[in-house]
This record gives sequence, C-alpha cells and structure tokens, in this order.
Amino acid sequence: MKKSVLLGALTIAGLSAGAAAASTLEDVKARGTLNCGVVTGLVGFGAPDANGEWVGFDVSVCRAVAAAVLGDANAVEFVPTTGKTRFTALASGEIDMLARNTTWTFSRDVDLKFTFVGVNYYDGQGFLVPKALGVSSAKELDGATVCIQTGTTTELNLADFFRSNNISYEPVPVETNAEGQQQYLAGACDVYTTDASGLAATRAAFENPSDHVLLPEIISKEPLGPLVRHGDDEWSDVVRWTLNALITAEELGVTSANVASLAAEPNPETPEINRLLGTEGNLGEMLGLDADWAQRAIASQGNYGEIFAKNIGEETPIGLARGLNAQWTNGGLIYSPPFR
Amino acid sequence: MSDTHEHSVSFVRTESIAERDPPYAASGPVKWMRDNLFATPANSVLTLVSLYFIYLILTATLPWILNGLWNTSSLAECRQVLDGAVGACFSVLTERWNQLLFGFQYPNELYWRPTLALVLFFVAAAPVLFFDLPRKLLIFTALYPFIAYYLIWGGALAVPFVALGGCIAGGFIYQRFVAGSFALGFFGGVVAALVFWYVGGMLIPENANGTAMMTAVPSRDLGGFMLNMMLGVTCVSLSIPLGIALALGRQSSMPLIKWICVVFIEFIRGVPLITLLFVASVMLAYFFPPESQVDLFLRVVIMITMFSAAYIAEVIRGGLAALPKGQYEAADSLGLDYPQAMRLIILPQALKISIPGIVNVAVGLFKDTTLVSVISMFDLVGMIRGPILASTEWNGVYWELLGFAALLFFVVCYGISQYSQWLERRLATDHR
Repeated sequence: MKKSVLLGALTIAGLSAGAAAASTLEDVKARGTLNCGVVTGLVGFGAPDANGEWVGFDVSVCRAVAAAVLGDANAVEFVPTTGKTRFTALASGEIDMLARNTTWTFSRDVDLKFTFVGVNYYDGQGFLVPKALGVSSAKELDGATVCIQTGTTTELNLADFFRSNNISYEPVPVETNAEGQQQYLAGACDVYTTDASGLAATRAAFENPSDHVLLPEIISKEPLGPLVRHGDDEWSDVVRWTLNALITAEELGVTSANVASLAAEPNPETPEINRLLGTEGNLGEMLGLDADWAQRAIASQGNYGEIFAKNIGEETPIGLARGLNAQWTNGGLIYSPPFR
Repeated sequence: MSDTHEHSVSFVRTESIAERDPPYAASGPVKWMRDNLFATPANSVLTLVSLYFIYLILTATLPWILNGLWNTSSLAECRQVLDGAVGACFSVLTERWNQLLFGFQYPNELYWRPTLALVLFFVAAAPVLFFDLPRKLLIFTALYPFIAYYLIWGGALAVPFVALGGCIAGGFIYQRFVAGSFALGFFGGVVAALVFWYVGGMLIPENANGTAMMTAVPSRDLGGFMLNMMLGVTCVSLSIPLGIALALGRQSSMPLIKWICVVFIEFIRGVPLITLLFVASVMLAYFFPPESQVDLFLRVVIMITMFSAAYIAEVIRGGLAALPKGQYEAADSLGLDYPQAMRLIILPQALKISIPGIVNVAVGLFKDTTLVSVISMFDLVGMIRGPILASTEWNGVYWELLGFAALLFFVVCYGISQYSQWLERRLATDHR
C-alpha cells in the first residue's frame, strides 16, 4: 500500500474518470506482470500449494500467457476471484484475463461483453452414486434423492433431464461443493450431481473411492475456457493463440523436453513446427510479440497434454481421463486452427 | 437452688469437646454432589442423562483426537497409516501452519514482522485495557499503529512518518484553535492533516518501496488468522470513537448533525455487512480510475468500521439514555461547556453502562471478519475453504481444519469476554 497512490486516488477520484486505457497488451508489457483472475481454490484447476505457489490446470494458462508476453512464467499477479466477483473483476480492468473454469455461454459472451478465447476443458454435468445402489445408468434413478448446488445451471439441467426422461427425483439443495460432498457421504442423498471434473475430484478425496461410481451419462455441455474483455482484439488474439499454441504443440509432438532442441535445429521437413516455434515466418511479429513467444510458453508449462497430465490427468489423484478433451486426431474435441 | 442442680454439678466438663469433622454425607464432594447433582429425583435423572451424553461425546471424539496423526504429508497417507482405525489427520495443521496463520502469500522469511507486531500489540493495548499501569505507556500506544503498519507492510519508512506527521499537525492545529471554537479547531485539524498527507505523499519517491530497508508486502499478500486479527483490532479501535461521535451526534440539538447521524446509523444498520463488503470489493472499483485503486484492505476496513460504528453508536445511545437527567443538569450547573460536560461527567458513566453492549459488538465484529473470505480475501476461513481444501493433498479434511479455526476464535473471543467481566467488576461503583 502506497500512501501517495492512496491519497492521490482519494483526491482525484471525484474529479476524473481516468484517461482512456491504452491497449491491454501495452499495459501488461509496461507493468511487467500479468494480472490473471483465478479460482480461490479448485482441486486440480487452481490452488496455491504448500509453498504458496499457484498450480493447476487453469493457472498454467495464465503462466503460459505470461511466458509468451513477458518471457517469465512467474510474472503473474494471481487475483483470486469467487463465482460472484469474477466478472466484475474482469469488466472493471482489475484483471487482464480470467482463467477460472468459466462456462462459455451465450449470455456471458454477448450480454456481459466478454470474449471467450477458446475452450481448454470440455466439461459436462455427471452423476456420482454409491456402488451399493446398484445403478448403472442415470435413467434408472427414478425416485432418487439428488444433492444439487442451488442457483447453478446444473440445477436447471437436472430438472430438464429428469423431465425429458419422464422420471421423478427429490432434490436436496446444497450450497457448496464441500457441503455436497459431506451430505452425499452422510447419506443425505443417493446421488450427487455437478460437473464431471468436480465429481471426479470429489470422489478422489473419498476414503474409499472405489465404492462410488460415475454414471456414464453426461447431461449438459460445459465448455470451460479463458476469457478477456470485449473490444481489445489484439489482446484476445494473444491469449487465444497462446492457448492454441499449447494445443498445437501437443498435436505436433512438441513437448517441454524437446522444444529447445527443435527450435535450435529447425527441421526443414516440419514447416508447421517451425512456424509455431518462430524459426520460420513472422507469426510472433503479427501478434505484437517476438518470434520465441510460443517456444517460451511451451517450455515453461509443457504442451496441452502435459499440462493436463500434470494437473488433472490419470496419474494424479483426480484421475480424469482425456475423454472429450483428447486431441481431435484421437477422437476428442481439442482442435486448434492451423498456425499459418 | 434446686436438687437437680446440685446433682448435675457433680459432673461438669471443664474442657470443650474436640472438634469433629462433619458427618461424611454432609461435607466434601458427597455433599456437593447431593446438593448440586442429585438434590431431587428430577435433578438426578437430568444428571444421569447429561453424564450419558457427555460419555457419548467423549467416546466419539477422544479416540479421534488422541489417535490423531501429526506428521503425514497428505490425507491419503493419513488414511494409509490409520488403516481403518479412527483418528484425526492433524498433519494438515502442522503442514499448513504458516498458511493458516499468515496466508499463503506472505513471504516466509518475514514472518517475524507480524509476530513482533502482535507482541507489541499486547504492550500497546495494556495501558488502554488496564488503567493501573503508568500513563506514560500511552505514548507507545499512540505510536503503535504506525509501528505496526511499518512492520506488517514494510516499504518506505517515510510512509508511516508522513502519516504520523499528519496526525501531529492535525492535533497541533486542533489544540491551537479549539479554545476559540470547537468547529474551527476540529475542521482546521482535519484539513491540516490532509494537506500534510497530500504534500508528504507527493514527496515520497515513487520507487521508495523498491529500495526500502524492509521489504514491502502488498495488502493482497496478507492472509490467515493474521488478517482476522488485523481487521478485528483496527475496526474495533476505529469504530469505538466513531460510534461515540455518532451517538452524541444523534442526540445533538443541531438538526443537520442530528439527521446526518440518524440517516447514517439507520442506513448502515439496515444493510447486511456482506452487501457492504461486496460494495467495497466490487463496486468501488468502478468509481475509481483503474490505475489508482484504493487498497482493498483499506476499503474493507472502512466498510466494517462503518458497520460496527453504527451498532456501537446505538449501544452508547442506550448508555446515554440510561443516565438520569440530573447528571446533565449537574454538569450545566457547574458551568462546564459541552465538551467538558461530556468528557468529565456524561461519557464516563454512559460508557460504563455500555461496556457489555460494546463488548458484544466487538466479539461479533471479530467473528464477522471471516466474511471477507467471500470477497476472495484469504483470511483463516478463506484459507481453509479455498487453497487448503482445494489442494490435492488435503481435499476432504473438514473437522480438523474447521475445529482449529473454531478453537482460535474461541480463545480470542473468550479472552475479550473475560476482560469485559473483569472491567465491569473493576468499575462497579454502584452499591448492589
């Protein structure tokens, strides 16, 4: 806290609404740090570790952008936001981008005036049931009690699903995921429903995870991705193509381990890798960055697949399978436009 | 005189019988139990039922606590070590101890600074709380806010000095002019302090924090129980004087002042604290230009202080109303002017009556500081709900963490409550 800034703000606050902001890219470069909005804590997606370092799937996107723009994956000021404060923080300019498991919806994109730059995780609402219940499909859940977070889209999706399948259920409203977890374990409800990634993380924390199963039905589309403010297309391009660079790197087999050697000795037979890594063409210049931007992002965080495996993949306690989030070449939805 | 008397005289005890212990059933623990636990059949039944419930609770919790693990590195490891046995996983407390107390962003090597600030806080608070101590110690109390600010936030040494200088300048102007007119002295003091701060603030070089001897720590990096303590202490100590001013203002005969105070109190009391906090964290950002944001900690302090000041004002108004009218008239008849009458006659009595109410508000306020977790500040509860429960190692540890938080808050709140009871006994001048 700087008193001069503080008092200056108090004095001029009433007088001026502030000069028109320069472009976000210029601001970030001048500031030397990226202000990135993240969750206050969601297993695997973003949380500080025991040393206070932010880690997680969404956090890696922030770090990759910082590496691309500023050359330092640690030049990020993480601004923790709750579900209620996230959009105002972005709209007011407190943060430059938001990477916080936010579902891309029509109204958020159009009405709230944000630009979703892509999708880094395709999620969907699923069901968690105890194995002892002997249910293998959500359509067999007639008459079940269901723990459901109030005020979320999952509540509406659930009603739609049960109505369209003409079966009944009894909702048990809960406020937070933690509460839902406890209620479910205490037997207050037969079924717990929320996003499938959340269910997997929840189940991983159980004492006996194998006593519970995720049902195969996914009843909603929840594409989660980073977003920026409307109206600054240079900046949204930077964030969009940093995410695309991570995705393309996996598709082309560029990893954090081999990116340095691939860039040092460009192979003329792999032009797209060369364009991605800036050893050919001038894609970085078009973005307003230097030629090595994607190289740094990949070197610091790894490609999309590495980020997935490190934070939420099958080797981690959360143990999410790639599923929809496999590369399009493997039957998934993860697809980046070409670097050309 | 009579025969009987002569007969009895033949055997007279010359020494008294040795004192004997009261019968076994009429003394000691047995008597206590008969009086207090088994006085009537209904009492006995209640005692037995209570004992049964205490037994149930202890059999459920004691093995859990005593069997607790303190040295594992994750919940999964705890479960592995316990291997099905009942036991708590207190390891989360040992592993995340510093995070629980200081938040996850406060630099590790600087933990001594807030710790020292806490120790000094007890020194500074002592002369205020226990007025038998030498009054000279109050000088340190007056300096403490600036010392604590410097210790916790670090940065340029000039900042707390400018802040202190502004206060001194304001106080000086006030002293100089208050004899002539209270309003002139008061507003002159405020203006002098503001001018001093503004000029001083401009004199501090922009990069002063970078070159400072004490590493600067931004407010965003504060967290844990430290944040609760800081908010609680700051807001309580600011809201008591503000509350007194509001209470007096509400009783003022000047309509403008009276109505400003009434509207302020009624408005703030009519709005939930959480709404005010959202305004502080979210809405104010829209009103200020993006590059000069008022510190979030300061915004929250302002909002919580306003909130509790409105409540304290009403508590003190109750104390003022309880004084007999004769007290006011006595003050007038002594020829005291308004500030003197208030300071010497009215407020000492009114505040004494208000102590339980003020302490009640203070305890509530201290616990309300946990609400800042909803505006993504990482106080103790915010740390637990956010980062710690969201880490892959500790996802699923609820009882241990929340029990620890409850214990910390209980210790502090019980301490405040015990102090207030001592204070009431100490100040009891009425004859009951």
